Amino acid sequence: MNLDLKKLKLREVNQKLQNIGSKQNQRSFTVINPEGNHAICAGLKDEIDVTIKGHTGYFCAGMNQNAFVTITGNVGTGVAENMMSGKVHVKGNASQSAGATAHGGLLIIDGDASSRCGISMKGVDIVVKGSVGHMCAFMAQAGNILICGDAGEALGDSIYETEIYVKGKVKSLGADCIEKKLERKHEMVIENLLKNSGIKKFKPSDFKRYGSARKLYNFKIDNLSNY
Amino acid sequence: MCGIVGIYLKNKKLEKSLGRFLSGMLKNMSSRGPDSAGFAIYKEEKKYKYKYSICLNKMNFLTFKKQFTKVIKKAKIEQISDHVIIKTNEKPEKILKIINEKLKDISLVGYGKSIEIFKQVGNPEKVVKKFNLEKLEGSHGIGHTRMATESAITTDGSHPYSTGEDECLVHNGSLSNHNNLRRELRKKGSKFNSENDTEVAAGYISNSLKNKNTLKDTLLSGLKDLDGFYTFITGTRKGFAIVRDEIACKPAVIAETNDYVAIASEFQAMAHLPNVNNAKIFEPDPGIVYTWGN
Repeated sequence: MNLDLKKLKLREVNQKLQNIGSKQNQRSFTVINPEGNHAICAGLKDEIDVTIKGHTGYFCAGMNQNAFVTITGNVGTGVAENMMSGKVHVKGNASQSAGATAHGGLLIIDGDASSRCGISMKGVDIVVKGSVGHMCAFMAQAGNILICGDAGEALGDSIYETEIYVKGKVKSLGADCIEKKLERKHEMVIENLLKNSGIKKFKPSDFKRYGSARKLYNFKIDNLSNY
Repeated sequence: MCGIVGIYLKNKKLEKSLGRFLSGMLKNMSSRGPDSAGFAIYKEEKKYKYKYSICLNKMNFLTFKKQFTKVIKKAKIEQISDHVIIKTNEKPEKILKIINEKLKDISLVGYGKSIEIFKQVGNPEKVVKKFNLEKLEGSHGIGHTRMATESAITTDGSHPYSTGEDECLVHNGSLSNHNNLRRELRKKGSKFNSENDTEVAAGYISNSLKNKNTLKDTLLSGLKDLDGFYTFITGTRKGFAIVRDEIACKPAVIAETNDYVAIASEFQAMAHLPNVNNAKIFEPDPGIVYTWGN
């Protein structure tokens, strides 16, 4: 079913997609003429497939639960922010704060993601096939982020317990983020992420693992001078 | 918040449509800046040496015309809403002196060989209509929609700011060291008409260009000297440049085709441009200066 944002109001399109329920047979939708509008497909909660044809604005597919959303173009700030479950697949590039605060689900970005990708992420899996900008995984708390290209400055600054995997170069690591040993259990996580995002050309050992040194977020009296 | 836009035409055949493109971009950015709007259009003047863009404020057009033509005989004077474009061969030093001494109630918003500037308080959609932007032609243009933060909603507080010949600046963000910088620049001879932070940045750029630095070097040194967060688009006679501060909180997106380069705070500002869905679309990297035409 085609939903044309030139003919329908954004609110009409979103309300329709937010209220599909579990019984309706029609479960596949295409949104056309997004023209960079904000909050397209925000708050979806049912198991449906939505393809957005074109470029979107801020907070596309934000708060997503269960739905599979594909965007054929680029997305603005905060794609899939606070996603709980489901899948969001961006075929182009993503602007800043992609996957911000997301708790679950899978966010795939085929192109590059700019600054603060995965900021404060809380359990989502993020796969970026290109590179990420500065302060990726800033204050990230849980989940995994796999970067097939390079990472910008201050990767994982003030990180808690997210696992970061990078194939390319890291410009610099942020406060309390360090390189860690890639163990078998991490390779299995990477294997899964590669499989779920359709990447065949890389293997887990191509990636380096980064994470928290755990010196910043646990208060220790010995570290008092660092706070 | 604020919205900024710019368009530079590579294909000269599109010059007739510049006003239409730019007005669409400004209208689409109304949500980011409903308080005031302004724009600069660059179109080389062939008959006269200089163009002066003037805001009449509360002065009556005929009164202005009478007073102005008393001192300057040879000039073409055209009124557009509360603005006046004067075309003449008289040099800036002379015109600036006349305005400062005899026409204190009006504001000179810009001057040069190619630039025309219009700005006004009100919703961007109404502002572009009042100035009939859709019908204007030119080689490139930049614009701004303002959500006022650190200074009042007035025409003086509206962008673009022009502090030098054919120069102008629009800004999304705010500067924290503008008071100090304004003092320093005043000592060096710069003049400011408002308490606005962007005007200081425009003055900083003009001062550096006056000292024979290139636009690129000027904006790079600005990364050190201008404290705050910003995306700047700065226009010159030949083209424009964009730069974002290194934290890059303030958004910007560029769309480039064989016909044009468009810059905006958000993609939706350029959704109406021809063939934009097939354009090369990217975000300018923080701390990097991108220029076209300069």
